[in-house]
Amino acid sequence: MLDKLLFYFFAALAVGSAVLMVTRRNVVHGAIFLITALLATAGIFLQLRAEFLFIVQIILYVGGIMVLFVFVIMLVNLDVALQQIQFARQKWVALLVALALAGQVGLMFWSSGKMPGQGLPMLTAAAASSLPPNSEEVAKSLFSSYLLPFEIASVLLLVAMIGAVVMAKKRT
Amino acid sequence: MQATIEFLKLYWAPLLCGVAVVAILPLVAGYIVLVERKLMADMQARLGPMRVGPHGLLQPIADAVKLLIKEDIIPDNADKMVFWLAPVLSVGAALLSLAGLAIGPAFQIAQDINIGILFVVGISALGIFGIVLGGWASNSHYSLMGALRSSAQLVSYETAAGMALVSALLFTGTLNIKSIVEVQSKEGIWFVMLAPVAFFTYLVASIAETNRAPFDLPEAESELVAGYMTEFSGFRWSLYFLAEYTNMIVVASVATTLFLGGWLRPFASVRRLNFLDFIPTLLLVAVAAYCVMRTPKQPTRVQQLFMLAVAGLCFAVGLVLLAPVIVPLINPSLRVVVAPFYAGIHGGFWFILKVSLYIYFFMWLRFTIPRYRFDQLMRLGWHFLIPLSIINVLLVGVALIAGSYFNLHGWGLLLVTTPAAVITLVAALMILAAEKQRDAGHDPNAASDFYAG
Repeated sequence: MLDKLLFYFFAALAVGSAVLMVTRRNVVHGAIFLITALLATAGIFLQLRAEFLFIVQIILYVGGIMVLFVFVIMLVNLDVALQQIQFARQKWVALLVALALAGQVGLMFWSSGKMPGQGLPMLTAAAASSLPPNSEEVAKSLFSSYLLPFEIASVLLLVAMIGAVVMAKKRT
Repeated sequence: MQATIEFLKLYWAPLLCGVAVVAILPLVAGYIVLVERKLMADMQARLGPMRVGPHGLLQPIADAVKLLIKEDIIPDNADKMVFWLAPVLSVGAALLSLAGLAIGPAFQIAQDINIGILFVVGISALGIFGIVLGGWASNSHYSLMGALRSSAQLVSYETAAGMALVSALLFTGTLNIKSIVEVQSKEGIWFVMLAPVAFFTYLVASIAETNRAPFDLPEAESELVAGYMTEFSGFRWSLYFLAEYTNMIVVASVATTLFLGGWLRPFASVRRLNFLDFIPTLLLVAVAAYCVMRTPKQPTRVQQLFMLAVAGLCFAVGLVLLAPVIVPLINPSLRVVVAPFYAGIHGGFWFILKVSLYIYFFMWLRFTIPRYRFDQLMRLGWHFLIPLSIINVLLVGVALIAGSYFNLHGWGLLLVTTPAAVITLVAALMILAAEKQRDAGHDPNAASDFYAG
């Protein structure tokens, strides 16, 4: 019961703040709502007892990326930004993408043979005491089954980092 | 019935502890401020606050009352919502991260979380939003400059601090705070010995992260009035203050847990040094004796009584601390009964002592070293601390592999970690030499950074 309540709370918070993030004119307010949406997502992870994902979401997205976002926003002249048109007038493309997404979700419900509300096939919930230690499990799967994708991702990030340094250096 | 008790234990006990911590912490922060002012006065050969209460002991309470009844000003052009939200965010993040800390084997609000140390570090890093948004919302140049400096500083030094934490975590193999201390107890050695370079890196980075002198550029009063806090007054200002001091406690606790053995007594595993258990009692009795000795010299009757009361309190706490040590000596069969009390009370004492020493070191630095310039600060972070901490992680890893190859444990690990630390130091000297050579061409004091001044 408490689990469900928490889930719907965080889900509503995430969706609501995501909508507000898009519709706010003020960029800083948008950033605050984006932070809220990310935190709510982290809350859903926690409710699913994925502690490690929860804290990684907070450290990486909220504590890392969003700090840089806000940092850049501070350097932008907000008065100019307020004059510009808010939406890029891509209504039809957006509609198409939304329809495709709705189709995907509908297909998932249809193929599982159950209507929304009947519930999807779920994993049986384990007792809190018998949960596997989160970070250890993530580390094991990351460094054994998914070692190659992991290494590829790290090389990609390294390339991006060096590229950024080179581009920043060029100016002087 | 059983279920009800379980429910209460699961949800209400942590809640009550949390409320207690939130209620007590402002008082603790206030007294840390008083200690800081007294220390500053001592180092500058003056007396410090003396008026309110004996030796200014009631000064924090007077300050708190003053802050509460001060006028609360919101600038006309401020963004009201964000201005309201920012200090709350700052203090909320700092208080929330306290929940993960373990003061003793039993004192932990969020018991046994698997991600322990990451939780504390990650949540406390959220406090930066309070600073940045507060600086932006005040709509003032000084505030914005302070906020920008603060976020730049935090992002740079968090990398170094994170790397330092990683090199300590390599020894533990777990993120759980209790297990981290238990590993140190089992190995019989604190990680500050095994990873001294990581401890140093964390020390410097934690000063920068808490915006303390000599790295308090975000609130450098000679350049920026009060930085991001310029437009805040009264209670909102005091929330920022509370957040800053709570953050100090948090970083000190993280360092204590990871590097200084948490709630463990020095040399906890050495039987022959068990007499060290008497230190807490001796210390408190000494304080009590000093208070009694000074009593006749107090000018007024109230102050004399106050001194006697403090002496009595210290003596009583000393006796409580003595009980779990003395009882097993008299009657060995009671050892098992007394063990949890011993672990709880003495653990708490040692933990708080270590945290206080760490914070004392912060203050000592503040009154000794002049403030850095912002480009110097950034250079120290990016050109020196981050490379140093990355090299240190690599070398500690190599040392650990060598240690497991030779099957070394505890103090034996020093055989491989000391060379690693020495090599790291040589690397550090090389980095510094390279820096110097590069700077030889142009004037090193020329402020080249955009954010400087």
